[in-house]
Amino acid sequence: MRRAKTPAAIGLLAALGLLLFLLPLAGLIIRAPWNQALGELADPTTTTALGLSIFSSLTATGIALVLGIPLAMILARTRGTLRNVLRALTTLPMVLPPVVGGVALLLAFGRRGLVGSLLYQAFGIQIPFTTAAAVMAETFVAMPFLVIAVEAGLRSLDHRYEEAARSLGAGYWRVFTRVTLPLLRPAIFSGAVLCWARALGEFGATITFAGNFPGRTQTVPIAVYLALETKPDAAITLSLILLVVSVAILVGMRDRWLGAL
Amino acid sequence: MIKTAVTLGAMIVVAACGPTAATSTGPARTTLTVFAAASLQPAFDKIGQKLQGANNIVTTFSYAGTQTLTTQLTQGAPGDVFASADVAHMTTIESGGLIRGQSAVFAHNRLEIAVAKGNPKGIHTLADLGRSGLVVVLADPSVPAGKYAQQALAKAKVTVHPASLEQQVTGVLSKVALGEADAGIVYVSDIVTSGQVDGVAIPDAQNVIADYPIAVLKGTQNVTGATAFVDLVLSTEGQTILRAAGFEGV
Repeated sequence: MRRAKTPAAIGLLAALGLLLFLLPLAGLIIRAPWNQALGELADPTTTTALGLSIFSSLTATGIALVLGIPLAMILARTRGTLRNVLRALTTLPMVLPPVVGGVALLLAFGRRGLVGSLLYQAFGIQIPFTTAAAVMAETFVAMPFLVIAVEAGLRSLDHRYEEAARSLGAGYWRVFTRVTLPLLRPAIFSGAVLCWARALGEFGATITFAGNFPGRTQTVPIAVYLALETKPDAAITLSLILLVVSVAILVGMRDRWLGAL
Repeated sequence: MIKTAVTLGAMIVVAACGPTAATSTGPARTTLTVFAAASLQPAFDKIGQKLQGANNIVTTFSYAGTQTLTTQLTQGAPGDVFASADVAHMTTIESGGLIRGQSAVFAHNRLEIAVAKGNPKGIHTLADLGRSGLVVVLADPSVPAGKYAQQALAKAKVTVHPASLEQQVTGVLSKVALGEADAGIVYVSDIVTSGQVDGVAIPDAQNVIADYPIAVLKGTQNVTGATAFVDLVLSTEGQTILRAAGFEGV
């Protein structure tokens, strides 16, 4: 059977959509001060921000895996209104403007926040302005991407494999680690990649909740924003570095990604 | 993002004021776009309303950090008037051949220490900011307010270990207002218009006075309106509004 021909209108709209992505990218690449790029890469501000960005985004992804997979399992088990409410709450950080998320984090974990005030009074711990705050902000914004992907994976899972394992005498944890998790691997993988990418690009919630200080809370997106005002060339170079890292990851994971979604 | 929200907010405020009843004898209604430093918003919103009442000119404001506005203008953003929070950025615009005539300083702003209401930590001088265990937040040195704060601290010979270097002066203010920071260095006008923090004065010998210059932009399509706006800012009426917002007149 011959495939129906795609109408020209769809091709045209697709091309326009692609241009919207490609033109800013082209601008970045064409205007990049290539001769200075290596120098910027050696700049301590750049390396510190890059190191912090990689550390905090990986830690955020790790926390999201530990907390997000159980959350997705609960979500996949519930039905009806409860499920809708839980799901809406989980995806809230995706629709919330990140700056608003940062304010909400301050009101919860700040020195005068709901939980933060207890921490401060009991132990003298202040979360804002620390690397921990940057990690929390990134986890808050990025974890929903992992939860949604894993939940979708759980819903399409063939539960007969788990039942078979159980009928053969495997306990809950054995079934979970030997059957459920391996079956979920593509979903967990794609969710973790999305989560990590979102955490790496996080700006609004981080600067609101964690502030900006080199080596402590100044991640690459924040360094780019500040450099744009004073050293535009450095900002473009930093953006390119982040772009190269992101593209490398996305291209490397593409096959698994498409397979899972 | 905050800047955009503030700008949109200002646009809505301006739009909500609506057109005044244009009489057949009054001047024809014209529009004006003013690029102004974020700290000017409370005062300039009022001045915009005055101008609309008197000359039937509807002013739209684009408020942002001066450094952001300067980038936008040099990249060709269309505007009628530019009001800067420091002379350096106005000079950049001026040497780019982007202004019409000459710029004029219309206000001064000085620095003050923002602390929580009632000053619970007992902060009285810049030297107090060097105390250990105190959470101090400053603006980033790339922002005029942050540059001035560093100059003031250098004059007072105080070393501060800031918890954060905020990307705009309002970020410093909100961190103190929310109680996350014990102190921050901001403009007097920020403290006057915020009302959520107390101010601790910095003596003249250590203080840095910011000059705010204003100019009509060369690309303006409304020379009469732009000139009327600048004249109003420099008039007794405009100066009174600026003083009420915490600025010092010229």
